[in-house]
Amino acid sequence: MNYHISKEPIVIQEVIDKVIERNAGAITTFIGTVREMTKGKKTLFLIYEAYVPMAIKKLEQIGSEIKERWPDAETAITHRVGKLEITDIAVVIAVSTPHRNDAYEANRYAIERIKEIVPIWKKEHWEDGETWVGNQLETVPYPTGKPIEVDSND
Amino acid sequence: MINVLLFAQLKDELGKETISIEGNGMSVAKLKGKMKVEFELEGLETVMTAVNEEFADDDTILSDGDTVAFIPPVSGG
Repeated sequence: MNYHISKEPIVIQEVIDKVIERNAGAITTFIGTVREMTKGKKTLFLIYEAYVPMAIKKLEQIGSEIKERWPDAETAITHRVGKLEITDIAVVIAVSTPHRNDAYEANRYAIERIKEIVPIWKKEHWEDGETWVGNQLETVPYPTGKPIEVDSND
Repeated sequence: MINVLLFAQLKDELGKETISIEGNGMSVAKLKGKMKVEFELEGLETVMTAVNEEFADDDTILSDGDTVAFIPPVSGG
């Protein structure tokens, strides 16, 4: 099971072990962690919520998209849900490929797609309140009802 | 009946995560309109919709037993 939503802390090595391959010459890991300061605002903790069955399907879809672009890649993704403290791990993505460049590119592709199509939400608990991240300014409307490309710097 | 799932701010706004609503033969857009009126739910225009766990357009026609999830802009990762 390479695609997983976890209520428990993520064990990085377990995600890496899923993509170990005799023909791999590179494994990249992306580890997303909970940041304390965002544009001068202090986060106390986060709550992640997921539409679990669909989130798993969408993670699997990302794996298929990676296979189309990098046929020799193996991908594993685990995303955490529940309450996370500052520095806790929210997501781990491991990608193995025969050569390093593909492993970096495919891993980057995976995190960008997670931010576009996987139904997972983060509630920020700030010092002075709480907000569901994603539309507090309604800057990310979906006029067609389906995902569109988003800014990749968040 | 259509099973409707709500997440994030929509769940907070309505105070529950699932509701069952009459909607056989309706489009997604019409169901959104009905929910806006019946539950005074704001912001449905800007959310994505999934029908049976797959993203769907506003003109998708619903049938009894379908699960419709309203998906606010996602913020995973």
